[in-house]
Amino acid sequence: METLKTKKMKEVHPMEDVLRMNRIPHIWCPGCGIGLAVTAFAAALEKAKIDLNKVAIVSGIGCTGRVAGYIKLDSFHTTHGRAIAFATGIKVANPDLKVVVFSGDGDLISIGGNHFIHAARRNIDMLVVCVNNFIYAMTGGQVAPTTPLAAYATTCPFGSVEPPINIPYLADSSGAVYVARWTTLHIRRLTNSFIEALDKKGFSVVEVISPCPQYYSRINRLGDGLDMMKFYHDNTEIRHGEDTKNLDIGFQGKIIMGKFIDRERPSYTERFD
Amino acid sequence: MNLWRKPLDLQDIKVARGEIHIIKDLCKGCGFCVEYCPKDVLEISEEFNTKGYHPPYIKNPDECVECHLCEMLCPEFAIYVTLKEDNNVVKSASEEGGQ
Repeated sequence: METLKTKKMKEVHPMEDVLRMNRIPHIWCPGCGIGLAVTAFAAALEKAKIDLNKVAIVSGIGCTGRVAGYIKLDSFHTTHGRAIAFATGIKVANPDLKVVVFSGDGDLISIGGNHFIHAARRNIDMLVVCVNNFIYAMTGGQVAPTTPLAAYATTCPFGSVEPPINIPYLADSSGAVYVARWTTLHIRRLTNSFIEALDKKGFSVVEVISPCPQYYSRINRLGDGLDMMKFYHDNTEIRHGEDTKNLDIGFQGKIIMGKFIDRERPSYTERFD
Repeated sequence: MNLWRKPLDLQDIKVARGEIHIIKDLCKGCGFCVEYCPKDVLEISEEFNTKGYHPPYIKNPDECVECHLCEMLCPEFAIYVTLKEDNNVVKSASEEGGQ
């Protein structure tokens, strides 16, 4: 037993200064993409050489809401949908901090949709990472505002009849200064996007399309996480600067990704000064 | 058809060699690293870890070129790559490529 312990101590992952390794293995399912978003974010923090004492990370509720518990920075696990509201408070009270909101589509766009719109309108200086897995995964696969038309979920057994929300279009029209979308397969581009967005003054949104093998893929019979990654490989197209109106995602349709918006607007704290 | 010109300093180019470390008990057997390794270094093994998944094993340890893609594509933080410093193992590009 002693030898096992010493052997375990030896195996130290290079990301252990950003991760709470005593809480890992994490609760996410085999093949889930949220771990990849966290890896890309940790790599971006390391590459951008940001002072880790100056970063605060806020999560809401849900599968992606667990991220704040696994990252070894100042982190907050807030109530459902109020991650952006909480992060606004942090930023206004302490404008030196880099504030990152790491949450899922159900938390940010559905229950926290109002906060999302108004934080973008005020242009509060923060990075919002929205991990979009098209479903409410933690509570059992209910239909989310991002579920594509005709996709199945546990609460719509005959296929969803609600048109989904287009997150980049919503962020663009509300006034975000940086909007990008990547899938978890395009991990290096995602890392570079995080670096750019962390550097940007203003409300930046990075949407990460992630596989959900246990709920979205299982109910819709799309295979496991690896099959979803192969689907992303074959059915994605990079179009930088594309009009955000054209970014709707249909069920198993083409996913357009890239950096869509990169503009300058005075941020909330700058207007105060 | 020969699509690439042969570099003039081919003898001097050293290809980096990496060493892969797998933390087996963290693996959940998703297979991303095995599928996306550009050099087919990894393969799913028959053995079980403490959680009952099949972790990968290193099939061709000399093929790794330290690209870190398996490290970036592991959702479980269970695999990482370090640069192999041993110069005897580093093959020059002329030995490796050519065709």
